[in-house]
Amino acid sequence: MTSPYPMFSILGMLFGALTIAAGLIWLERRLLALWQDRYGPNRVGPFGLLQVVADGVKIFMKEDWIPPFADKPVFILAPAIIMLTALLSFAVLPVAPGIIISDLNIGLLFVLALSSLGVYSVVLAGWSSNNKYALLGGMRAAAQMISYEVFMGLSLMGVVLQAGSFSLPAIVDAQRELWFVIPQFLGFVLFLIAGLAETRRTPFDLPEAESELVAGYHSEYSGMKFGMFFVGEYLGVTLISAMITVLFFGGWLGPILPPIVWFLLKTLFFISCFILVRASLPRPRFDRLMSWGWKVMLPLALANLIVTGALVLAWR
Amino acid sequence: MSMEVTVATVHVDGKSYQMNAEENLLHGCLSAGLNLPYFCWHPALGSVGACRQCAVKQFKDEQDTHGKIVMACMTPAAEGTRIAIHDPETVAFRAAIIEGLMLNHPHDCPVCDEGGECHLQDMTVMTGHDYRRYEFDKRTFRNQNLGPLVNHEMNRCIQCYRCVRYYREYAGGRDLNAFALRNTVFFGREADGVLENEFSGNLVEICPTGVFTDKTLKRHYTRKWDQQFAPSICVHCGLGCNTDVGEHSGTVRRILNRYNHDVNGYFLCDRGRFGYEFVNSDHRIREPLFKGKVVSADTASRQLRDTLTFGKAIGIGSPRASLESNFALRTLVGPERFYSGVADSEAKLVALAIDMLRHGPMRTPTLHEVEACDAVFVLGEDVTNVAPRMALALRQSVRQQPIEIAKALKIPLWMDHGVRDAIQDKKGPLYLATPYATRLDEIATATFHAAPDEIARLGFAVAHALDPQAPSRGDFPLAGEIARALTHARKPLVIAGPSCNSEAIMQAAANVAMAAGAQLMFTAPECNAVGAILMGSNPLSAAFQAVADGEADTLIILENDLYRRAPRADVDALLHATAHVIVLDHLVNPTSEQAELVLPSGTFAESDGTYISCEGRAQRFFQVFVPPIPIQASWRWLGQGAWERLDEVLTAMATALPHLAPARDAAPPATFRMTGAKVPRSPHRSSGRTAVLANINVSEPKPPDDPDSPLAFSMEGASTHPPGALIPFVWSPGWNSIQATNTYQQEIGGPLHGGDPGVRMFESAPSNDQSYFSSIPSAFEQREGEWLLVPMYYIFGSDELSLSAPGIAELATTPHVAVNADDFTEGEEVDVHCGGSTFRVPVCIRPDLPRGVAGLPAGVPPIAGLGLPAWGMIVRIP
Amino acid sequence: MISILKTIWYVFLHTFQKRITVQYPEEKPYLAPRYRGRIILSRDPDGGERCVACYLCAVACPVSCIALQATEDEHGRRYPEFFRINFSRCIYCGYCEEACPTYAIQLTPDFEMGEFHRQNLVYEKDDLLINGPGKYPGYNFWRVAGVQIGGKDKGQAEHEAAPVDVHSLLP
Repeated sequence: MTSPYPMFSILGMLFGALTIAAGLIWLERRLLALWQDRYGPNRVGPFGLLQVVADGVKIFMKEDWIPPFADKPVFILAPAIIMLTALLSFAVLPVAPGIIISDLNIGLLFVLALSSLGVYSVVLAGWSSNNKYALLGGMRAAAQMISYEVFMGLSLMGVVLQAGSFSLPAIVDAQRELWFVIPQFLGFVLFLIAGLAETRRTPFDLPEAESELVAGYHSEYSGMKFGMFFVGEYLGVTLISAMITVLFFGGWLGPILPPIVWFLLKTLFFISCFILVRASLPRPRFDRLMSWGWKVMLPLALANLIVTGALVLAWR
Repeated sequence: MSMEVTVATVHVDGKSYQMNAEENLLHGCLSAGLNLPYFCWHPALGSVGACRQCAVKQFKDEQDTHGKIVMACMTPAAEGTRIAIHDPETVAFRAAIIEGLMLNHPHDCPVCDEGGECHLQDMTVMTGHDYRRYEFDKRTFRNQNLGPLVNHEMNRCIQCYRCVRYYREYAGGRDLNAFALRNTVFFGREADGVLENEFSGNLVEICPTGVFTDKTLKRHYTRKWDQQFAPSICVHCGLGCNTDVGEHSGTVRRILNRYNHDVNGYFLCDRGRFGYEFVNSDHRIREPLFKGKVVSADTASRQLRDTLTFGKAIGIGSPRASLESNFALRTLVGPERFYSGVADSEAKLVALAIDMLRHGPMRTPTLHEVEACDAVFVLGEDVTNVAPRMALALRQSVRQQPIEIAKALKIPLWMDHGVRDAIQDKKGPLYLATPYATRLDEIATATFHAAPDEIARLGFAVAHALDPQAPSRGDFPLAGEIARALTHARKPLVIAGPSCNSEAIMQAAANVAMAAGAQLMFTAPECNAVGAILMGSNPLSAAFQAVADGEADTLIILENDLYRRAPRADVDALLHATAHVIVLDHLVNPTSEQAELVLPSGTFAESDGTYISCEGRAQRFFQVFVPPIPIQASWRWLGQGAWERLDEVLTAMATALPHLAPARDAAPPATFRMTGAKVPRSPHRSSGRTAVLANINVSEPKPPDDPDSPLAFSMEGASTHPPGALIPFVWSPGWNSIQATNTYQQEIGGPLHGGDPGVRMFESAPSNDQSYFSSIPSAFEQREGEWLLVPMYYIFGSDELSLSAPGIAELATTPHVAVNADDFTEGEEVDVHCGGSTFRVPVCIRPDLPRGVAGLPAGVPPIAGLGLPAWGMIVRIP
Repeated sequence: MISILKTIWYVFLHTFQKRITVQYPEEKPYLAPRYRGRIILSRDPDGGERCVACYLCAVACPVSCIALQATEDEHGRRYPEFFRINFSRCIYCGYCEEACPTYAIQLTPDFEMGEFHRQNLVYEKDDLLINGPGKYPGYNFWRVAGVQIGGKDKGQAEHEAAPVDVHSLLP
């Protein structure tokens, strides 16, 4: 079901993803302000919408400084990786019927694979900065990623079992009767948590934990390189929200409104949830994070998989 | 101290301390580093037990828990004494005492110059008295005008009596006293007027609060914490008293005493304390001048180099310039073209003194040891006016013999009024042979006022009376008495010097010292006279000759006004005959006015260097602040880039002149660090750093570097007490006043931790082949129509630099001629003809002058440079 | 687990609460008199300069942004010859006001001091001195201090007895 005009889709997806990621900068600040009884950026343009443009101009004008002690090639490469992996994942995302760049039959695995690759960016950034705080941030990111990657994949296997396909449009189609959030509620919760961890957002922002590690893996970054980490993070948020929509909430499915609007609305809702979580929750201690991942989430994901598998077998 | 110290174990608050058993408990507690408040006690003044502030509880033995309150300053530190400082009852007692002392103390701290370095503030905090309950009317007093140096604000007095004890009993002043009674006791003069004593400035430090404050500081007031300090050496006489110089915003604000156990101890003279203001004078040379026009430092340096390249240059050194500057000039022009900066006769006398001290057999004592000498014979020196701080030491030395009475009565020597009551007015032997009456005459056993030759003859006679082998001419009834006094003394001392310009007097003094086995001390005319002569140079007259002979056409004059060294006509001729005259100096003077090139040289406050005092002690003074750009140390100007740092000059000097090598050790080198850091010049509370220069530029400049010394122009650095030579200011937690000196001493009143600053250049080696000097002058004979004009020294006026300090200048003597004759009337104007010059001055009748002898104030322009004593005529104006 | 959800819920409820942001500069906030803004030097009730140049504000200042030089008039009244505050360094901590023994230096509820050039943030005495007693009316240091100034002789301050006649020995 690949689009007849691939270039159109690619450009549209790229533009859409980046616009949403940029808009998130504004949205996050406004929502955080809302939940903290403030206004947030409201001076530049209507509702402060042009704040994004102002920030963009600012960040482009800033000195792009590479510390003399840094490993220069790796230091430059690191922020590019996160952008690259995040954007590539959008290739398999079904926005609406026919609006997809590439309908891979292993779309879900592709997304999981790329999100695993994304951690290289953080680890390499921490390593190449040649700074103890950055290195600690990178190490944490690696550890966190390994721990949460495992049950992230496992939590989705229930969905795959039920849909019988790794293809994302196929999974959406499989939800015409019932959104997978109902039968796979546990899988949804696990994926939501893993997704938060995957995007390194509060409460799982230990790699950059500003109260202990200055700014973690991107302590030494400035200018647009820092901006790329930032955009990469928002792309990740968008992607995970979109994946939740696709995997558990029926993707573009919905009455009356056109499918793309449904998809965007659902995605936006989960993005807002991400921001709400950031507004509410404190950061756990690192050892707690690790033991939570291995001792609670992983067994739960396994249990979910076994139960789902058993039920699916029994059903047949 | 060579004295054996008996040690007693004293238990304080359950801990045992080793204390000096000959001292009192307060002394012992403070020496042990314990904080015990006090007011009336002072290490130099002893105990009187008047203020009751140092109360402690004494216990009979280990079982005694009740104890009794005693005054620590009045209780001997006997073996096994048990006391408590932190006993609740004594704490309350001390708080009650200070509350009583503070009843009438005004609400003045913000406008009081003592604030921030006030012993009363420190003690109030120490005792914990923080709330004033007294609500009734406070007693007030009217202040007195005590002259241009000391300010009086009597309301602040807490009646500790330290001022009058110091002023009357220690310094021998008469015009400060306690008046009225009970709680209205007033300390001041009978009427307004200048404090007569030459050591009145010490009241500023003696007074525990702000009754007596520094009036020169008041004119440009800055708190202690805002001043930038550096350890320095007084430049106003040859004794080498140690000072701390305080600076702020490019002006020197004041001089504080810097404790040096061997030299000045706790006190300075007024010339030393208040003479600093010449540094801020309008007559300072602040820019290089070439042919009267201001030029840049680079141009001036190039000009100096060019003149040296193309001209035949000779250099004239200076007795008031540092060793380093003299050495730099000597190196620049070459040793054979380097000439002494003092008149030949004076140079010869200083050289003679050095020779005698160096080769013995007489030892020169330190100034501190002078205080312990018990019989003193002074030949030809007006000590109070030539080497003032030594006069204060002599005032203590006359107590040495009578103190034996107190010792016999078993009165501890620290019990000041007990000792004073026991000895009453008795004075030990002090014999003064001077041309005119001096301030010390009042404590002298006998005085002898005569012409210099007669003084020398008396000296020879005394030596003869002591040892018949010593030659003598003439018969002096006093000689036998002096000889007996010196024989019976345990530590006899003979003091002489170049003041009378008489070799015979100094030789006579040496004879006396040799015959009596006494110590011998010579005064020195200027702060580095000994160092300059020790360096070795051609005589000054040879410089005049060299120019006259055409051997030299360029003259480099280092920190020297030649008009003070030679008669006016000679100097005029010299400067006229020289094609290029280059002068390095601080102040505009007649010599610098005639120079082709004038280079602004840094004063003691703006440069580093070493002086050698009359005792032969090499002492380092350190730059206090960085002066505006063209001003720099003379040795930097003259070094012409050969040396970047002081230590390089010192190393070069030690190589070129090995006998001056010990001077390098006068202070630690610039690489010295404490806990890895330099010694800060500013107190750690120094304020206003980001605002004081903000009117010029809001971005603060980097603090200047100091390549020359281990001190930093900063408040940051080592926070521990530095070694003696590097103490910029005294401060300890809880001790903001100068009483913090206590914490820098090994024992209260003893040497500083790490030794006292300075290196003695010569400890005389005993030699047996010393023979008596035998060139005895013939008796003085009056001449008809002619007078022997002798120099009369004035503490305020005879010193060149301090004359530019407004406070000193106000008190300075004016040109006059002193005679003892019936045919002149006081104040009458006369013409004095001497050595080809004539000047018109008023007459001052001095009955103490011998017949045929007239006195002229030494060093006072235009009399300076005459080469006194000399015969001259005093002619009435028809 | 429940507490985490509760937290999220309570935070979400803030969506419906009033915002506390004051829309400065259209809307001016209320600043209490003790607000620590621009520093001024005040005068005593008689109109004289209150500052006695005691340097306590300078030494209390943690960023050392106050510099002054004391001087005296011909009657002994001490005042600052210059008084300079480098507001580009000032952190408005108010220690100077706490240290001031005469209520001369005071912080005011004015913070609108923005400048394009740092140099313009250096305020001299002319810029600092106001024509009134500021927050503390009535206090006059010289009325309680013991030193004599023009218009106040010895013994004329509050709670002061007439000067002692030192030549009297009457009990």
